[in-house]
Amino acid sequence: MANLDKYELVIGLEIHAQLKTESKAFCGDEVKYGEAPNTLVSPISLGHPGTLPVHNKAAVEKSIMLGLACNSDIREYNSYSRKNYFYADLPKGYQITQFDTPICNGGTVEIELENGASKEIHLTRIHMEEDTGKSMHDLDIDNTLVDYNRAGTALVEMVTEPDLRSGEEAYAFLSEVRKLVRYLDICDGNMEEGSLRCDANVSVRLKGATEFGTKVEVKNMNSMTNVKKAIEHEFIRQVEMIEAGEEIFSETRSFDALKGTTFAMRSKEMVNDYRYFPEPDLPPLIVDEAWKMEIKSSMPALPKVLFQKFTSEFKLSDYDAKILTEHKEIADFYLELCEHTNNYKAAANWTMGAVKNWLNSNAEHIANFPLSVATISEVISSIDQGTINYSAAEQTLFPALLENPKATVEQLIAQLNLAQEGDDDVLQSLIAEVISENPAKVAEYKSGKTGLLGMFMGQIMKRSKGKADPKKTSALLQKALEE
Amino acid sequence: MKRYRSLSQIRLDIDEGKVSCSSLVDYYLERIAQNSHLNAFLEIFDEDAKAQAKLVDQKLKDGSAGRLAGMVLAIKDNISYRGHHVSASSKILEGFEAVYTATAVERLIAEDVIIIGRCNCDEFAMGASNENSAYGAVKNADDESRVPGGSSGGSAVAVQADLCLAALGSDTGGSIRQPAAFTGNVGFKPTYGRVSRWGLLAYGSSFDQIGPISRSMEDCALIYEIMAGKDPHDATSSLKEVDSWEYSPEKKYKIGYIKETIEREGIDSELKAHFNEVLDGLKADGHEIEAVSFPYLDYMVPCYYVLTTAEASSNLSRYSGMLYGHRSSEAQDIDTTFIKSRSEGFGEEVKRRIMTGTFVLSADYYDAYYTKAQKVRRVIQNESKALLDKFDFLISPTTPTAAFKLGEKASDPIQMYLADIYTVQAPLAGLPAISIPTGRTKDGLAIGTQVMGNSFEEKKLFNFCKQVLESYENL
Repeated sequence: MANLDKYELVIGLEIHAQLKTESKAFCGDEVKYGEAPNTLVSPISLGHPGTLPVHNKAAVEKSIMLGLACNSDIREYNSYSRKNYFYADLPKGYQITQFDTPICNGGTVEIELENGASKEIHLTRIHMEEDTGKSMHDLDIDNTLVDYNRAGTALVEMVTEPDLRSGEEAYAFLSEVRKLVRYLDICDGNMEEGSLRCDANVSVRLKGATEFGTKVEVKNMNSMTNVKKAIEHEFIRQVEMIEAGEEIFSETRSFDALKGTTFAMRSKEMVNDYRYFPEPDLPPLIVDEAWKMEIKSSMPALPKVLFQKFTSEFKLSDYDAKILTEHKEIADFYLELCEHTNNYKAAANWTMGAVKNWLNSNAEHIANFPLSVATISEVISSIDQGTINYSAAEQTLFPALLENPKATVEQLIAQLNLAQEGDDDVLQSLIAEVISENPAKVAEYKSGKTGLLGMFMGQIMKRSKGKADPKKTSALLQKALEE
Repeated sequence: MKRYRSLSQIRLDIDEGKVSCSSLVDYYLERIAQNSHLNAFLEIFDEDAKAQAKLVDQKLKDGSAGRLAGMVLAIKDNISYRGHHVSASSKILEGFEAVYTATAVERLIAEDVIIIGRCNCDEFAMGASNENSAYGAVKNADDESRVPGGSSGGSAVAVQADLCLAALGSDTGGSIRQPAAFTGNVGFKPTYGRVSRWGLLAYGSSFDQIGPISRSMEDCALIYEIMAGKDPHDATSSLKEVDSWEYSPEKKYKIGYIKETIEREGIDSELKAHFNEVLDGLKADGHEIEAVSFPYLDYMVPCYYVLTTAEASSNLSRYSGMLYGHRSSEAQDIDTTFIKSRSEGFGEEVKRRIMTGTFVLSADYYDAYYTKAQKVRRVIQNESKALLDKFDFLISPTTPTAAFKLGEKASDPIQMYLADIYTVQAPLAGLPAISIPTGRTKDGLAIGTQVMGNSFEEKKLFNFCKQVLESYENL
């Protein structure tokens, strides 16, 4: 094994995100995943003679949103270019893209590493383009089959500076970008389905070197884990080559997920001259300040902003805030719940506990959660007002509500007889029962083993079927034990 | 049946019951059959035309007929018409049927035009003689040993030989005006962006415009007015309102002419003398005429060819044998499908331009050719606009010679390209320009005069041209 410690890994990523638009980038064809092949096509997406592209405003706006979220500069004067090459899945023989005037320049994405440290990854650019069709080489023995449903759908390509230094960082960057596009609701962020795709430019150099090594482009990594694996494999492969005195060639390699290795696809020397030139069919697109502001004001809150709000305004711990902002739909649910209650901490606990447990065990999306935030807020206020104690709420009331979402909290508390027992006489008699049944434990308690209090509490709770008011019971119990 | 020069003449006779759309269509179909040797048409839509004629005759009786009722029109074979073949006179689109209709055609049909067939042209509109057609050359009806000009040669001859009342052509560097001049017709290229390109098979996208070829100024203006205007399918189409034109005679204009156009070598002496006569006539009619210098003439044709071939090399990439059109029977895999289908499907001139365009866009030569040509185009645009701020129109011969012999320039592409010398300025600058018939040579060949106006000032251009045409009415 080569001495990896001497070397530094340098990675830049190119991420393609398929924009969630109703129609394609330059025509009205519907955009949908998993439809029968070649059903979402038109003369335009099939490149019929005499057809022309037109701008899709929604695609432009979503691209701008991503740029604004990354603090990129948004270009005012946007032109499109044609990237010319021949391939079966490219009906026009060229792809409409942005070459020298990307809609977003610069910007950063902050990633968090496993050790808790954070790092800013700089973006070179984000530009808009159209997707190709999909070639399928394994469905027919003799032929490649092509599905043009995807041809012409709107993409953004995000290109990073060579700021990443490990597979882990690349993984963290991708998760951050995925979170971002999902928050902005501009892309499904699904690498397996290909709505989010990633190519990696990987090179190595001796630690301390200022020049970059020759970069190799790695493609076909259809999960975040594969991106990490491919990069780690490339690191070892390239270091071994250098150590063996071999030269690294600028080439494109494909990741083999089964073997966990990469193999050469084509060398860059043989690469196409794409003959970019301005797309004459599309006039320049002007993004003025007013439009930019309109887009900005329509943007949903980003995880960072929500984290801030949750920790400072709602006084949650960093840990809770992080969990709640991990997924947009959970954060949204929590925010909605907080509109119905001021007990933000309890709202966080219910969201992260009972609600998430139900989602996990039923493998359901939050949109299908049976209870309204109003109902959950009633549960919280029932506890706060002392009508019911937490354990009864969590163990009995909540499951009952899930079974019967139409019932009200009030109805179920009555029906299930869950109202908290606060009557001194009832509590005293329960305490007396427990004390008289456990003389040995009482003696131990009295000799200083105060930790036994919990055991007594547990027994009383059990006897009250969870209804005993814990605060009151605890006070009375302590008093009784010390007598 | 008498030869009609305009739709208004036809409408008068229809009103008087002397003629009907059906009888007109029969007449033109007969004329087309008699003149099939001219090779103006690639296909006759006879059944469609007859059916449409019946329909329009009924509408005329009901009083619900559109503005083009009575007009029998031919379209160039690079314009999409749903359910009909369209091939751009190329083997690569052999058998291809359009699945949608060009906006320009759709708007004309909505006004009850009758489309009689599709006309031969230079392959993908690349040529100035109509000799670059996979379906053979078109002959000039005035002298069948001569070319009709190109690329809209079939459309021009169809009107010239009375095979229809008017025709659509497309103009990229002169492809409407030059054949119109060679055939004694009116040929008009609108301001870039006026007529939707949706459905026009692209050659040079930033130059291409559909326009009419007709016998009269009124028909030209009417066809234009109906076709023009914003089309949501074409992002480069202009939002500017299209006004209708009404003739006002006796207007006096300020007209410039670029002296290099007639001082330059290569202009035929007979055409030069004719142009001077035209200028004298205009002066005599009270217009103000001034000679100006425009030192960019020699750069125009090279600039035009760099930019149009660049765009064409990309525009024609879709003809690959993959999704439609000709696929080589020898195609074995992806590469041979592309290479063999394209090698077999395209003609020589198209290949020459695709290769030229590919070259000027290639990484090593991009700045030297494409970027430089873009800059030259900008200069030509600015300088042309500056002249048109000063003058109402710029006037020139449409062509340096009258119709040349078939085969005369076919082996010399440079000579052929220079046939466009006066016509490329308008599309380079995006300006509207008309060729009107103003004379004949001793041998009886038509001579055209070109009038170029400022952007979107089509109305003024029509008005002036009508005035000029009135003094040459007997041509």
